[in-house]
Amino acid sequence: MTGDHARLGEALLDVRGLTKIFGTLRACDGVDLTISKGEIHALLGENGAGKSTLVKMLFGSLEPNAGEILWRGKPVRITSPNAARQLGIGMVFQHFSLFEALTAAENIALSLASDTPISTIAAKAQALSHSYGLPLDPYALVGDLSVGERQRIEIIRCLLQTPDLIILDEPTSVLTPQEADRLFETLERLRGEGKSILYISHRLEEVKRMCDRATVLRHGKVVGHCDPQQETAASLARMMVGSEVHEIVREPAKGAEAAAVLLEVDHLDRAPATPFSIPLRDVSLSVRAGEVIGIAGVAGNGQGEFFEAISGEATQARADTVSIRGENVGLMGISGRRLTGAAFVPEERLGHGAAPAMTLSENLLLSRHATDDKAFLGSAGTVLTGALATAARRINEMMDVRKSAEDPAASALSGGNLQKFIIGRELDRKPAVMIVNQPTWGVDAGAAAHIRQALIELARAGSAVLVISQDLDELFEISDAIAVMHNGELSKPIPIADATFEKIGLLMGGAEPGHVPHEQRMEVA
Amino acid sequence: MRVELVKRPQQSVLFSALSPFIAFALMVIAGAIIFLALGKNPVTGLYAYFVQPLTEIWSLHELAIKAAPLILIAVGLCVCFLSNNWNIGAEGQFTIGAITGAALPLYFPDMHNVAVLPLMLAFGAAGGALYAAIPALLKARFNTNEILTSLMLVYVAQLVLDWLVRGPWRDPAAMSFPQAPAFHSWAVLPELLPASGRANWGIVFALVAAFAVWFMLARTLKGFEVKVVGQSPRAGAFGGFSTARTIVFAFLVSGALAGLAGITEVSGAIGRLQPQISPGYGFAAIIVAFLGRLNPLGIVAAGFVLALSYLGGEAAQIEIGVTDKTVRAFQGMLLFFVLACDTLIHYRVRLVRPAPATAAKPLATEAAHGHH
Repeated sequence: MTGDHARLGEALLDVRGLTKIFGTLRACDGVDLTISKGEIHALLGENGAGKSTLVKMLFGSLEPNAGEILWRGKPVRITSPNAARQLGIGMVFQHFSLFEALTAAENIALSLASDTPISTIAAKAQALSHSYGLPLDPYALVGDLSVGERQRIEIIRCLLQTPDLIILDEPTSVLTPQEADRLFETLERLRGEGKSILYISHRLEEVKRMCDRATVLRHGKVVGHCDPQQETAASLARMMVGSEVHEIVREPAKGAEAAAVLLEVDHLDRAPATPFSIPLRDVSLSVRAGEVIGIAGVAGNGQGEFFEAISGEATQARADTVSIRGENVGLMGISGRRLTGAAFVPEERLGHGAAPAMTLSENLLLSRHATDDKAFLGSAGTVLTGALATAARRINEMMDVRKSAEDPAASALSGGNLQKFIIGRELDRKPAVMIVNQPTWGVDAGAAAHIRQALIELARAGSAVLVISQDLDELFEISDAIAVMHNGELSKPIPIADATFEKIGLLMGGAEPGHVPHEQRMEVA
Repeated sequence: MRVELVKRPQQSVLFSALSPFIAFALMVIAGAIIFLALGKNPVTGLYAYFVQPLTEIWSLHELAIKAAPLILIAVGLCVCFLSNNWNIGAEGQFTIGAITGAALPLYFPDMHNVAVLPLMLAFGAAGGALYAAIPALLKARFNTNEILTSLMLVYVAQLVLDWLVRGPWRDPAAMSFPQAPAFHSWAVLPELLPASGRANWGIVFALVAAFAVWFMLARTLKGFEVKVVGQSPRAGAFGGFSTARTIVFAFLVSGALAGLAGITEVSGAIGRLQPQISPGYGFAAIIVAFLGRLNPLGIVAAGFVLALSYLGGEAAQIEIGVTDKTVRAFQGMLLFFVLACDTLIHYRVRLVRPAPATAAKPLATEAAHGHH
């Protein structure tokens, strides 16, 4: 199955027949993979295709049941991440492994296993971060950083260990186009230095643009090795999914100017909740029935704070700062706002949108107990588990949620499948106003298309949809207008007909986007 | 050869059920070693501890008397612990409940009717709840550490009781003994089966409370709120549940049940207020709560086990002459082993043979070749 040309170049890593079995599931089934020196190798596959399992075996977090790994031609057993690092394999995880109570530099120091002073590490990290175009404040507490910023720490931590093989799991999903471009330059530079990169992504365009070869996984098996340059995005997607990925259909919103405003935000200000969070300044926005408004922005520019303010997890001083379907809800909590017809999907799935240890049907109750009390609650506040199970089954079918048990714990689902459930949980209510933060982060192409189409259809059926996303492709695909959030301020929405990547990219912060440096911010606070 | 802990993909249902039993077995083994070290016969020692109290009817009554407060308190504590509120002050809430409940017959000694006992129980529960409200409000408002505040309030409560029974409430007829007057008959909790032993209605309260709290936790939205806020506060807030409200609720339930246990104990088993009204029920109940897996029905079983250790301690003192401090040692070991055995629920134990790091497994190579 392996292309012969792969064996010609000097193989850095050669994987043969690697198999991992969980119970009855063959998560990886006889996977072959060859990575040569100085190549960028793409690993493609849907959620649950076995990419993460394969990568975890390469990085020593999982032990294979069968198969062998050859590193520089010699068979090796990679028993731990530490062993992997010693061989020269570095990894940037999709789900981060950072301690929230420590600073970026301290987190980096933990993985270096040396007694280098923190200040030296911080200086090194800062230098590296600038040279690779990944701005980072080494003294910021991780707990106060956004997903995007946390990922930068992971990338820099990995680079500091000067690995020969770098495994990147969906690295660009939280970057601006300009930032992503610079990351590609970084990766190309690393390739030029003779390093190899295993690049996991669902963005087929960037795989085509940058990767030398690709290995496609489906249901734990390799379905093909190919040269991405010879393929189209559609043909790659077909290999991954095994069938055509539906193109997103977005009919222009009809008569949106005349439709009623369902969500109105009027001069919203919010003081920073923690010393490191971004204050919101004078944010105004209105979303009409039938339209999808996108909010673009680099991670950590106040999107999370904005979401909390709209959802009612943080309330406002005045009732009329936020109104939903004409009702002033500024003083209401999240349940009150839901009762007016709004639905919310936060960025973080585990621990915010869903309680990790609870089952899907319990997590259904989490966001629906106030709005659907007649359906899910009996008299005296008893929980009707049968009704919940039925509704959960309905949602899982509607969204094609793939799971290992009838009603598993939220944490047992892959990120993409959990996201499908969380979005489906709200769509199932047919909300008049839907606010979604990062709807498809880390979700594979097939599932992401499903989610996006569902959001568009919700809007076209007469709801107001607000999508906060760092994925510009996504916003261009689904939005009727895009506004940009930068440093806690929101730009005017640009109608999609006038919007270009360059325009939005510049608004997102241009060459030096994002974060106010630490010292400066302390003065502000 | 080394031992590795491998994280299970899902919690093990089997070990969830088995872990308290494994812990108990380990405690028995450790207890036998302690008896040996003390130069006592471990078989006699363990028999006196864990079997002898079960052989006679009257001592089964005593078991129920000891189990009742343990179960009542532990059931309340499980609401606190599940909601991530570490109420360590149940002993204090127990004491205050005993005081506020006992105040009624002491201040209205002439009130002799059927309303006295229910009112005493209600006052006891209210007193315990209000006392628990102090650490709750401090935590909800100022984010203080409830472990410290609730624990410190235990000593305050004990000193208040001490002062009352030596001062204003001292029985003038009791010579100079520091104790309050005995309750009149309307204020005494009746015995269940006076013919065979002393067990009173306390054990019934405990069983009813256990069932009610189990139902609340397992079947109602309130129980869901308690669990989700405890497990994942941010998800709880997203669900529209207030963390502050949950803190107060959990402490009030827990305090009320501890207070009820307190007044039940003085009005039933003891019959009057005195400086010592508890052999550490409020602390032992923490062990009961964990031994019962924070499940009220499990707590009923665990309550009897701990009650047995109290009775066994007394028996062992008489039979083989060990100090009553061994009771504490046994209880401590039990908690230690329970918490340790919980590891088995989340992790699988695996024995790993050390292998040369560079040698490839022959099996793996074969499998790879077989694949082609």
